[in-house]
Amino acid sequence: MTILISWKNVWRNKARSFIILISTAIGLFGGIFSYALMMGSTIQRIDSAIKNETSSFQLHNPAYLQEEDIKNNIRQPEKYIKEIEKLSEVKAVSSRLKSTAMISTAYSSTGTIINGINPDSEIQVTRLYESIFAGEYFDNDDQIPIIIGRKLAKKLNAGVGDKLILSVPAIDGEVVYGAFFLKGIFNTQNDLFDGIQAYIKKEDLAELIGIDKETSSELAVSLYNTDLSEKIAKQVESLFTSEIEQEEIIIRNWKQIDITLSLLIDSMSYFSWFFIGIILIALAFGIVNTMLMVVLERVREIGMLMAIGMNKIRIFSMIMWETLFLSLSGGIIGMIFSMLFIAYFKHFGMDLSVVGEGMNAYGFSTIIYPAAPFTFYIEVLMMIILTAILASIFPAIKALKLNPAEAVRE
Amino acid sequence: MAIIKVDNLHKIYNETVIPVHAIRGIDLEFNTGEFTAIVGPSGCGKTTFLNLIGGLDKPSEGKVIIDGNDIAHLSSRQLIDYRLRNIGFVFQSYNLIPVLTAGENIAFIMELQGKSKKERLERAKDLLEQVGIAEKFNVRPGQLSGGQQQRVAVARALASKPKFILADEPTANLDSKATEDLLDMMAEMNRKHNITFIFSSHDQRVINRARRLITLTDGQVTEDIRVNKN
Repeated sequence: MTILISWKNVWRNKARSFIILISTAIGLFGGIFSYALMMGSTIQRIDSAIKNETSSFQLHNPAYLQEEDIKNNIRQPEKYIKEIEKLSEVKAVSSRLKSTAMISTAYSSTGTIINGINPDSEIQVTRLYESIFAGEYFDNDDQIPIIIGRKLAKKLNAGVGDKLILSVPAIDGEVVYGAFFLKGIFNTQNDLFDGIQAYIKKEDLAELIGIDKETSSELAVSLYNTDLSEKIAKQVESLFTSEIEQEEIIIRNWKQIDITLSLLIDSMSYFSWFFIGIILIALAFGIVNTMLMVVLERVREIGMLMAIGMNKIRIFSMIMWETLFLSLSGGIIGMIFSMLFIAYFKHFGMDLSVVGEGMNAYGFSTIIYPAAPFTFYIEVLMMIILTAILASIFPAIKALKLNPAEAVRE
Repeated sequence: MAIIKVDNLHKIYNETVIPVHAIRGIDLEFNTGEFTAIVGPSGCGKTTFLNLIGGLDKPSEGKVIIDGNDIAHLSSRQLIDYRLRNIGFVFQSYNLIPVLTAGENIAFIMELQGKSKKERLERAKDLLEQVGIAEKFNVRPGQLSGGQQQRVAVARALASKPKFILADEPTANLDSKATEDLLDMMAEMNRKHNITFIFSSHDQRVINRARRLITLTDGQVTEDIRVNKN
């Protein structure tokens, strides 16, 4: 009955309770929806990074990480490809030849990273081909094609069909030149990536720089489930322990490749929870204030309850339950509204193109699909309950300090 | 047999600042089934005396022995439990829980005592019938008259099967008819259940119904009259 009294007491002053309820609901909605936007943005960024840039993990010659020279290639890449492809979690392995280069048109020139790829295996490792918005992906019949990013194309003032000149260092150290036709332009919504990366056929790059076409600077591995990136990378490490010890190969998962992104994502997660925590603390003060008013209004009633034999634990729990019901009512409404909004924008996406340039500069998409796992709502619920319990302490102590003999005569 | 024994009772407020000697050495005994009114001018110590024998306050000196137990030496927690199981209260302002119905108000005190739901319900219905408002079981206090609310308060006080009931100015907020009806009912409960009723009151109608009149003046008993009433 104590719990029943507490629940009914919430609705004694409907106006006041509704104000608290609505303010709690709005506050939590703001916090939850912001979290979902950040989480969705983060998930999209990770997905984009893995599928366009880093893959789940990569293999390199350790020397290549110190100096990105064509000489620092992977010895016997086919050995690694064969073993890795045996793993059931692995979708595909792409062998790439990479080189830095200058790329120029009649209008402009700039530095670039040339990726010599096998178009058929690359299509299984990245979704570069999906990002092409002008022109097309590589065809088997193409003659010296090149695909570049949107930002790079803009820098060069280049359009599909234009001739681009690459100047690259050859294996003998001389600078060699090659002409390529712009086959397609991609947009991954990551300005950093789109402004520097260019793709040609591996055999074309190998021929240009005078190296065997089976040479590999980098092996990029894609998995069916990107969540397993760290685990499978570790598993692959265990397959090549002696090669790693002899510094013939190094294996890095996407977090190790893009440390900045990894740190950014971790900090976003902490920031989101911090934000929600701030909101709950602010709400807690409002609830404490309301419950203090409640206690002061009911001094006589509380005195009577003490007089007739309601012990301190019950009085404390009565106030605590009332605080809990008040907080949970607003919290649950806020959560329901959040769920509805998140479900809607998860389907249609939230267009933030007004701040698009800034977001693309950091590799974030302007269309965000908010996401919040079910466990998040449980965690928020726990936080609401904890906040309510803590907020009830001070008003409950105030109530317990009442002298029943004086209180009943208020 | 004395159910309440008060021995050299003193109560001093603000002992360290300006002491107020509210109760100055009261010696009294109350027997089972008494219908007693404590009267006196305002500030004479009636409410203080009721608070002391009701365990709502502790004496500065002396003993309050109820059924052989000196309640003055019980801890705060023990006192709460003692009040729950032994003492019924009727207040001037009814002090019902507004969010509970009349029946639930009566059942609540039995729930505090740990009674089963079935027992609580049955006894609450029975008590409301005894106080003459059985039909108001599901009605909230806000929808009852003052007299009806006080009847519910009496029923609640009886619900815990107390050794005695303390009523502090129970008729102060009632009109004449409601007062008469309430006093008739309480007298009936007193006879039926043989429960001791101790009132503090200025109300002449209460005084007229009492079978024992104790007059307090300046914290002391100045008169203690037993009146024969049939």
